[in-house]
Amino acid sequence: MKMKRREFLQKSAIVVAGAAAVASGVAVVGYAGPWTAGLKTLNAHEGETLLRMARQIFPHDRLDDAHYAKVVQDLDTEAATKPDLAKLLHDGLAKLDADAHGKFISLSGDDQIAALKQVDETPFFQKVRSTEIVSLYNNHEVWKRLGYPGASYQLGGYLHHGFNDLNWLPDPPASASPKPM
Amino acid sequence: MARFDPNDDSVVVIIGSGAGGGTLANELCQKGLKVVLLEAGKRQSSATFRNDEWFAFNQLAWLDKRTASGSWRVAKDFPNLPAWTCKTVGGTTVHWAGASLRLQEHEFKARTAYSNITGANLLDWPLTLAELEPYYAKAEDKMGVTRTNDIPGLPGNNNFKVMYNGATRAGYKTVHTGRMAINSRPRDDRSACWQLGFCFQGCKSGAKWSTLYTEIPKAEATGKLDLRPESQALQIQHDANGKATGVLYADKDGKRVVQKARIVCVACNSIETARLLLNSNSSTFPHGLANSSGQVGKNYMRHTTGSVYATFKKPVHMYRGTVMAGIIADEAELNTKRGFTGGFEMETISLGLPFAAAFLNPGAWGRDYTRLLDQFNNMAGMWIVGEDMPQETNAVTLHPTEKDQYGLPIPDVHYDDHPNDMAMRNYAFKRGAAVYDAVGAIQTIEVPPYPSTHNLGTCRMTENPRDGVCNKWGQTHDLKNLFISDGSQFTTSAAENPTLTIVTLAIRQADYIAGESMKRNL
Repeated sequence: MKMKRREFLQKSAIVVAGAAAVASGVAVVGYAGPWTAGLKTLNAHEGETLLRMARQIFPHDRLDDAHYAKVVQDLDTEAATKPDLAKLLHDGLAKLDADAHGKFISLSGDDQIAALKQVDETPFFQKVRSTEIVSLYNNHEVWKRLGYPGASYQLGGYLHHGFNDLNWLPDPPASASPKPM
Repeated sequence: MARFDPNDDSVVVIIGSGAGGGTLANELCQKGLKVVLLEAGKRQSSATFRNDEWFAFNQLAWLDKRTASGSWRVAKDFPNLPAWTCKTVGGTTVHWAGASLRLQEHEFKARTAYSNITGANLLDWPLTLAELEPYYAKAEDKMGVTRTNDIPGLPGNNNFKVMYNGATRAGYKTVHTGRMAINSRPRDDRSACWQLGFCFQGCKSGAKWSTLYTEIPKAEATGKLDLRPESQALQIQHDANGKATGVLYADKDGKRVVQKARIVCVACNSIETARLLLNSNSSTFPHGLANSSGQVGKNYMRHTTGSVYATFKKPVHMYRGTVMAGIIADEAELNTKRGFTGGFEMETISLGLPFAAAFLNPGAWGRDYTRLLDQFNNMAGMWIVGEDMPQETNAVTLHPTEKDQYGLPIPDVHYDDHPNDMAMRNYAFKRGAAVYDAVGAIQTIEVPPYPSTHNLGTCRMTENPRDGVCNKWGQTHDLKNLFISDGSQFTTSAAENPTLTIVTLAIRQADYIAGESMKRNL
């Protein structure tokens, strides 16, 4: 069976990067070609620019570029069926480069932030930000890195898993907070 | 479960299956009346709920397009999501937090108690706390409210420990794990709370009261309930004598059906209740049904809200356990020395990481914001819920151009904060921060209102038909067999979470409807 290039990249990445790539669906940099090869709408440079922008919007040192690449992928996928969005992204990314008199990604981190502040009221920026806030923070791999465990049902809830384990303050009296049954 | 013919005009049609409609349906069925219950959303269950904020939002929330206008911050942050309500069997009782507080005596007499406040369209309710007390007692028993009926309080979680210690050090006296419609021990064939931490996503343990798995199955067991999920009401019809005759709805395949009715009760949550009445205009009622006063959709209230979150040196894990795990009630009293009238409650709240990112500071980006999110596990949170002033210009209206999937105008929700609302919010933000500062907060943050969960007042009950839409029974002033059965009836918003009062009014309304039916007045 002929495997599509993007699927191949994803499967290769699974071997290399393990669970991180499985969860986030990201083809990881450094193996079987660049991660941007899987993009449908954006070219490699646009993908790299958007990834850097996504990282500056919600920067977490505990996260890898792969987590932000998922944001790029989600925007790219949506743009594949929405010409207006594709144009918004193409134009917005081109403007970042034009404003940088070269490449946005070649600017220092501080200059990238300053450049984004100039456009953060634009529909382009708002679209990237609003997509990222779901795409990044609803990624289970990101949850693990930031220490959020997600669902508790499979544990039987937190009743026997630390719902009241805070020990740096005194326990309230039983009149205010009865003991668990 | 019963199936009634669309031409059976002896049925009561209830639109909406939440706190008002779901409760009313069961109460009427228990009394032997035949009920058709129309619900726009699908039927889920504890098995199909998921501990996942965005998944659950898409599964349960009312996502049909709405617009927000006015100077409230929600219009800027969430221009197409003025309210967070539900479209699912059980309505907002599926995602509510469970806080069940009686309104206070003076809150039923807001006009008298607060006197004349400029710009506020205040009125006294046409009923008193004393009249409602027996029904509050029935509602608390039905819902299994903790700290009533000898039901113990829930055990406090970590978020409550922070609130309790901060509140008592800041001088507050009435601080406890609240009166919650969440089982602290097994009751009514439902389990005790598992402290899942996903109250807003549908309770997978079934410990939290919801009409979905209490009132509705009980009504079905009578053989008198015909529940029709995925049935979107489009228009209430009437005859030449000004009596409601039936409801036009779209079924799950989009097919138009008219269900005839002897009595129609509207319980679609305040935005959709008002929209349905306005969209039911006719040559007899050109401004919408039951709208001779012009007050349908007006006086929209959503509570003065806001949240305070704080970060600490050590972990809190606020997301573990009951979301609304405790309350500070001291500020709910009437005390105009604070620079505003009305009161507010402070209740713990927590968000998972996905919603924390989306709601802690809508629109924010950059390192300052992510530094805060990096502290997620060391964060405690509380929600402020206080009485907001009814204003005639705060209104649900029909959008002049935009239509929904059925070709009907979508609702616009217009809201401007009253100066009293702003003074209360600013004061409450400071008091909330003082609570957390008292236990060593590193940083406190004032979080602007989320999309409205308490939508009230758009068909308010009034003594005088000129001032509002329905009477003290929820019966519309204009059409005697048309009832308002949800929070739209509220004359004023009071400080308390509204669900208990909605359920209480529904139980009382059922008695009235059954009684008037017996007397052949309906």
